[in-house]
Amino acid sequence: MKNLLMVKNLSLSINGKNILKNINMDIWEGYIHAIVGPNGAGKSTLASTIMGLEGYRNFTGSIYFKGQDISQISIDERARMGITFGWQEPARYEGLLIKDFLKAAARDKNGDFIFEQLNRVGLDPEDYADRAVDKTLSGGERKKVELASILAMDPDLVLLDEPDSGIDVETLDKMFEVIKEQKKKKRTIVLITHSLAVLKQADHAFMFCNGEIIQKAEAKKVIPYFENKCIPCKHKNIPDEQGVKLE
Amino acid sequence: MNKELNLNKINLTKELSHVTDTEDIFNRPDVAHIFIHHHKVIQSHLLPGLKIDVKEFDDHIEVNTIVEKNTKIEKPVHMCFGMIPENGIQKMIINTELQENSSVSFLAHCAFPNAVDIQHIMDGNIKIGENARFKYLEKHVHGSHGGVKVYPHAVIHLSENAHYYSEFELIKGRAGVIDIQYEATCEAVSVLEMVTRISGKENDLINIKEIGHLVGEKARGLLSSRVAATGNTRAEVYNKLTASAAYARGHVDCTEIIKDKGIVSAIPIVEVSHPKAHITHEAALGSVDSKQLQTLMARGLNENKATDLIIQGLLK
Repeated sequence: MKNLLMVKNLSLSINGKNILKNINMDIWEGYIHAIVGPNGAGKSTLASTIMGLEGYRNFTGSIYFKGQDISQISIDERARMGITFGWQEPARYEGLLIKDFLKAAARDKNGDFIFEQLNRVGLDPEDYADRAVDKTLSGGERKKVELASILAMDPDLVLLDEPDSGIDVETLDKMFEVIKEQKKKKRTIVLITHSLAVLKQADHAFMFCNGEIIQKAEAKKVIPYFENKCIPCKHKNIPDEQGVKLE
Repeated sequence: MNKELNLNKINLTKELSHVTDTEDIFNRPDVAHIFIHHHKVIQSHLLPGLKIDVKEFDDHIEVNTIVEKNTKIEKPVHMCFGMIPENGIQKMIINTELQENSSVSFLAHCAFPNAVDIQHIMDGNIKIGENARFKYLEKHVHGSHGGVKVYPHAVIHLSENAHYYSEFELIKGRAGVIDIQYEATCEAVSVLEMVTRISGKENDLINIKEIGHLVGEKARGLLSSRVAATGNTRAEVYNKLTASAAYARGHVDCTEIIKDKGIVSAIPIVEVSHPKAHITHEAALGSVDSKQLQTLMARGLNENKATDLIIQGLLK
């Protein structure tokens, strides 16, 4: 298994509070990974730190992508190296057309390619290409547009923060369909989630609790523990002193 | 030094239509148009029910337009105003009357592509009769020098159930100095919408003053401004909406974005003097939204390109 991304001894404090505690993780190329844990465990913080978002740069430790230390480089440089991030609640843009939003991200600026990405997420280009990425889109539509822009970019690594948040069942099915399609293409995805349904899409999982990775294993081994001990969280986001015992 | 120009009417018409991308309208008899260069009409074509009486003077031009009762003009009327030379003053007095049950849409192209020191002064008086519909889209094409000063001022009266929609947009070039002053009075059940979108660069100066008075029952009004101030641009937006009749409804909406050393200010004033009237306002001033910016950067755009794309969208 080839490491695409490596996180080494990463810790982050925000306003004096330790949010991430000595994180070590390897993200294998071509796998669907999940970072799973209850709300407030630090999952999104870790993803934001990997992407280099504002407010998440003052960490200790290192992040390597394709063997290169990316700890000090900007968001757009990381993106051009092949990492991107899908927000839990994507930004909305007054006046910016969906086709222009996708084109800005796309590796291929051709109109047909842009339309193809909309079709892939179940949005008819005839109806959507000339609409704005603004508040007139429903939460589900906006999530699909976000996914289409990621597909248009075709990055090596996608960090998807709570991909099921605020969307209907039909949109979620489409999202899972796209994830499976990406898996077949050997793309690497990291799903940040506290949802069992999302966890089930992953090959491999990191269990997060109170800013720590408390277990790493095949997703199917993590699922029973997560289902029984984490939904709802039985120990208020404090790692179980007994440790995580997987079947 | 002045660019050498052949200032005959044919060449001016060609040049203005080229700059404003209106060359095709000359072959369309169903589309009315009037071209005014400096203080002279250089080309016009009217339609039944649309009367434009022009008085030319040395220091200004007076354009009196009447859309007759029950006249519905289907295609937008193109009004092309401008000056091709680098220097000068274009002063226009525009009186427009829409008689009852009429409707018209004006597409005003204001072109000053070579301006080094040009003033474009427009004093308008617009009367919209009962049940009449008026749409005025003003698109400016300026040069890159920033030497144009634009003063569009207008007083507007909307009769019962009249509709007014105006949109001011700088589509090309430097703003220079733009000083917009519109004031409208709205009778019962009338609808007022004023939309302004301007981007300033370098040391441009933008002042927008838009005022609406909702004096009739169920009158509605929207004042919407979108301004981007980059470089050393200074921009001030003054929006005032008053409501003094039952069920009058209004909204003031102002978004201003700064980049570099731009400075923006907004003064939204809402005044309600009837217990059954209602007005809301929202204003957002500041740099580009961080999440919007980071989303585009996470797709590989650098900060400048991402900011430009966000601003372009906002001004669209």
